[in-house]
Amino acid sequence: MFEIYETITGENPYKSPMMIYPAPHYTMGGLWVDYNLMSNVPGLFVLGEANFSDHGANRLGASALMQGLADGYFVIPYTMGNYLAGDKPTLVKTDHPEFEKVAKEVKDLTNKLLSIKGKRTVDDLHKQLGRIMWDNVGMGRNEAGLKKTIEQIRQVKEEFWKNVTIPGSGDDVNQTLERAGRLVDYFELGELMALDALDRKESCGGHFREEYQFEDGEAKRDDENYSYVAAWEFAGENKWNLHKEELKYEYVKQAIRSYK
Amino acid sequence: MEAKKLNLTLNIWRQKNSKSVGSFAEYKVQVSPDASFLEMLDELNNTLELKGEEAIHFESDCREGICGTCGLVINGHAHGPLPKIATCQLHMRNFKDGETIWVEPFRAKAFPVIKDLMVDRSGFDVILQAGGYVSINTGGVPDGNAIPIQKEVSSLAMDAAACIGCGACVASCKNASAMLFVSAKVSQYALLPQGQPERYRRVERMVKVMDDLGFGSCTNTYACEAECPKGISVTNIARMNRDFMMAKIKSKEVEV
Amino acid sequence: MGWFFKFLNSSIGKKFMMAVTGSFLLIFLIIHLVGNITLFFGAGAFNTYVSTLDVIKPLIRVIEVVLLGAFVLHIFNGLRLWLENKRARGITYKVNGSKENSTIFSRTMAVTGSIILIFLVSHLATFFWRFNVHDPMGLATHHQYYDVVVYFFNIWWYSILYVIAMLFLGYHLNHGFQSAFQTFGWNHNRYFPTIKKIGMIYAIIMALGFASMPIYFLLGGGN
Repeated sequence: MFEIYETITGENPYKSPMMIYPAPHYTMGGLWVDYNLMSNVPGLFVLGEANFSDHGANRLGASALMQGLADGYFVIPYTMGNYLAGDKPTLVKTDHPEFEKVAKEVKDLTNKLLSIKGKRTVDDLHKQLGRIMWDNVGMGRNEAGLKKTIEQIRQVKEEFWKNVTIPGSGDDVNQTLERAGRLVDYFELGELMALDALDRKESCGGHFREEYQFEDGEAKRDDENYSYVAAWEFAGENKWNLHKEELKYEYVKQAIRSYK
Repeated sequence: MEAKKLNLTLNIWRQKNSKSVGSFAEYKVQVSPDASFLEMLDELNNTLELKGEEAIHFESDCREGICGTCGLVINGHAHGPLPKIATCQLHMRNFKDGETIWVEPFRAKAFPVIKDLMVDRSGFDVILQAGGYVSINTGGVPDGNAIPIQKEVSSLAMDAAACIGCGACVASCKNASAMLFVSAKVSQYALLPQGQPERYRRVERMVKVMDDLGFGSCTNTYACEAECPKGISVTNIARMNRDFMMAKIKSKEVEV
Repeated sequence: MGWFFKFLNSSIGKKFMMAVTGSFLLIFLIIHLVGNITLFFGAGAFNTYVSTLDVIKPLIRVIEVVLLGAFVLHIFNGLRLWLENKRARGITYKVNGSKENSTIFSRTMAVTGSIILIFLVSHLATFFWRFNVHDPMGLATHHQYYDVVVYFFNIWWYSILYVIAMLFLGYHLNHGFQSAFQTFGWNHNRYFPTIKKIGMIYAIIMALGFASMPIYFLLGGGN
């Protein structure tokens, strides 16, 4: 660990104090899956931290490894086999109307992105979005900040669609175009994250709403109203439907978690 | 603590696509010594894009030296002049102010250039696929400590498994040979009891595919070991040679 | 047998072939050097040595055929590897850092090998040819082999080229020796450093040993 630190900073941590700062680490949650780890697309299984199933509001160290192993060892060998047993694989063709529709959507999106020819780079706009998220959707969140954030994200998104510049073409490899596509997704994800944080009027795990805390600064949970996993269903641009998946505990009693 | 910026001249290989002929382009950059090499390229790309020029294409993912996606030949060395790091872990403080840096893609017939510094390393995946499956008992999950393995042996297997498949061995080898990569992948199974059932078949098939893909032969210069970001040892190559010869002797198939 | 030729045509098989033939040549060089040392003991010793070889001619002929086979396979395979390996790179690097990651011996095997091949041809043309096939001075026919050696080694440029060739031979052997062990899979943490050292000592002895002969005669030895 100390060697890695020295490679990155060029300073010997045995001699000079280490420079440490908090960093956005992981996003809690992931794609919705059923009990068999299959997403809402039949046959599309989501494993490890890409799905929402195991880690909730909190994410502990090495949970990526743990969830990968658990899903890979204990769940998927049975559930995927079960799915395949009921499915007859056939040759995949590209003439399905749904395929053609999606292919056209991707082509249209590519052409739209390339035709903007504005003044700001993808990287520049990406950093601006990152800054917005860092400021108000980090560990500490509050209602005013989150509302402002949603506004700001929409503004950057608008700016992006008006003023982004993407050199090159869509006929060949184009990493700038790839990044632009990702950024389009991030606008959506960022807004949803802020919306979800705004909706959850309690503090729990990595989500700390400044309005909901005890006098000593500990997180104040509201198990009566928010004891559920929020599964947001895509319902068109800037629109999501909330499905509440209740958390039912049979043997464990919910209690305040204190690290003190 | 803002350190003085470095003025550097970069000579970077630009190539439009796999079919076109590439050449070097010169760029002057000013960069913080605390920036990483890839961050410097990011910054350069930002300025290029502002001018409406296409970004310099290069691959990277984790930028922590564990995924094996990045890989540039910097001043004649795969992953740059420092030992045992990937390109993403190289920082600009290792260069002198006013220095000229040559940046080239990994060069091998079996790694065709896709664009600029981006090469197609899918040959490695094909080799891994050729290795085939590893027999395991289905049914109950085996107990973690059911098979005793000597500590030294498991350490050797782990050392071989540390290979991130970046392709620096191919890039550094004067023959563009993939022996270090393939031998690491062969060894990580060959060393462990779990890898025994398919041990000889695996090495035979992986070497066959490696040859078919057009990688060169090993001439034991050991440049691969010197440039490998994970310090994979050439003793793995010796092990693979041994296993391959044993496979040829032991195999019951008449024509392989 | 198809599998065997397929093995020899695989990348590891080609290395194996280089190592087997190379190892055979390594042993041959030792015998060759030991025999030639008789040169330092005067005309009598050397002539007796060569004449003795003449007596067991049928056996020597068999060994010569095997030796020829080893040389041909080593050279043919070496050139083939060199060509294929060059092709495997494609476009070469503008800046090459190989100086810092490998030894010069290991990178120049094709070059040193080719120089040794040229030497080998001239070596056979002078000594082997005169001893066995065509003998214009009638020396070999009268078992005056020593005088043939003296004749050639007194040609100063021939001797100097001979010495230079031996230097390259040393280079070639230094890498070849340990390389053969690696190819056979005999790379063990404990023994390999020693093998490398033995290889270097072997290479130095061979290069100095063979080079000492022309130097000896050039400096007026044997007169």
